[in-house]
Amino acid sequence: MASPDRTGAREPMLPVPYQVTSRQAETHDSVTLRLDPLGERLPMAQPGQFSMLAVPRIGEVAISASGVPQPGEASLEHTIRAVGAVSRALHDARPGTVLGVRGPFGTTWDLPSAAGRDLVIVAGGVGLAPLRPVILGALAERDTYRRVCLVAGARTPAEFLFRRELDAWACHPDLEVDLTIDQPSAGWNGQVGFVTEPLARLRLDPRRTTAFLCGPEPMMRFCAQGLLRKGIAAGDIRLSLERNMQCGIGLCGHCQLGPILVCRDGPVVGYALAGPLLSIGEL
Amino acid sequence: MNGAREALAGDPLFAGLSGTELDLIAAAARPVRLGARERVLREGDPARGCWLIHSGCVALDLAVPGRGQVVVQTLGRGDVLGWSWLVPPYHWQFGAVTVQPTTMTELDTAQLQAVAEQDPRFGYTLTLALFGALALRLQATRARLLDLYRVPDGQP
Repeated sequence: MASPDRTGAREPMLPVPYQVTSRQAETHDSVTLRLDPLGERLPMAQPGQFSMLAVPRIGEVAISASGVPQPGEASLEHTIRAVGAVSRALHDARPGTVLGVRGPFGTTWDLPSAAGRDLVIVAGGVGLAPLRPVILGALAERDTYRRVCLVAGARTPAEFLFRRELDAWACHPDLEVDLTIDQPSAGWNGQVGFVTEPLARLRLDPRRTTAFLCGPEPMMRFCAQGLLRKGIAAGDIRLSLERNMQCGIGLCGHCQLGPILVCRDGPVVGYALAGPLLSIGEL
Repeated sequence: MNGAREALAGDPLFAGLSGTELDLIAAAARPVRLGARERVLREGDPARGCWLIHSGCVALDLAVPGRGQVVVQTLGRGDVLGWSWLVPPYHWQFGAVTVQPTTMTELDTAQLQAVAEQDPRFGYTLTLALFGALALRLQATRARLLDLYRVPDGQP
């Protein structure tokens, strides 16, 4: 996947102070934070890239960009689920809180390279956050792409991120949306089942389809296998990997996955490369 | 019958079947069109028939004391509804109700079973086709059992 030119980048290990300027609750354990620089501005994260967000005296964690970079704006947008000490502290950060930011790091979804093709976007749980810029990017240049299909899964209806946007996308005439939940829920009139099921129902042109997957690794493996069964080439399936990213620049090796360092060679990688690695339990 | 034959020929489930085999299935098929919220199967009833869904949505449900009819899965285009006719005690284990207007092909499974007994080669081909769909359904159900979207342990 595309690696942005980092020529002239600043010292990548030094966090830059950013202030939380808005906090939008998404679910009971997830929020979207808007961050603005207090001084120095970092390059804008491109869709698929991640930043290292640091909470003073607690720690640092890799979070993908969930917003689309706007020309002339310096704001960053990240959606965070409280799953540990650092992400809980980020989740709880109120407007005015100062955080440290490093980045952006890693590869992008490289959406422009899918121009003229059908886009299939498959998200599981909080995997919808890194894919939101893909959806917004495709809608912003809708004529550039053929079909745009979104399949999103969540545990329950209340655990879908960006619920207001999802409802709007579901009514969008140029977007095909399938939402499905894993656990039966009273009051839910939509689909119940794993994301592979609505994905299997899509009739796709395998020669003209590019797929973007983000979610738990087993979910992405099952989805990729379903897409391969439809005849889509492994090289046309892109996924965002999650590993223990620490330095962000391929130095420390914590995020090694076989021959690749996910922080440097990912997080977005092609299934042709990632597929064989994901089936090796020792990695 | 021609409409059913066309629908079967276009269904990926039967992509590997010969024209003759499709004719045998089409002879046991009839198109079905239902509105929203129509019950197709009732849990515990004798299991006869099987449906190939072409459009719409069908919910599989189960009566749970204190919770009413709980939807355990929804089915849509390309899915097969109804498996209990294949195995004893030949009673529906779940109910099924349409969520939206739905079009399906209904297969007379008693007729298909009779043909399969006369022609085991056809029976084997049909069983393999159905088994493929069943295996994918099982895989998806197992994936759901993993509860992959729960809060993971040991994260920063």
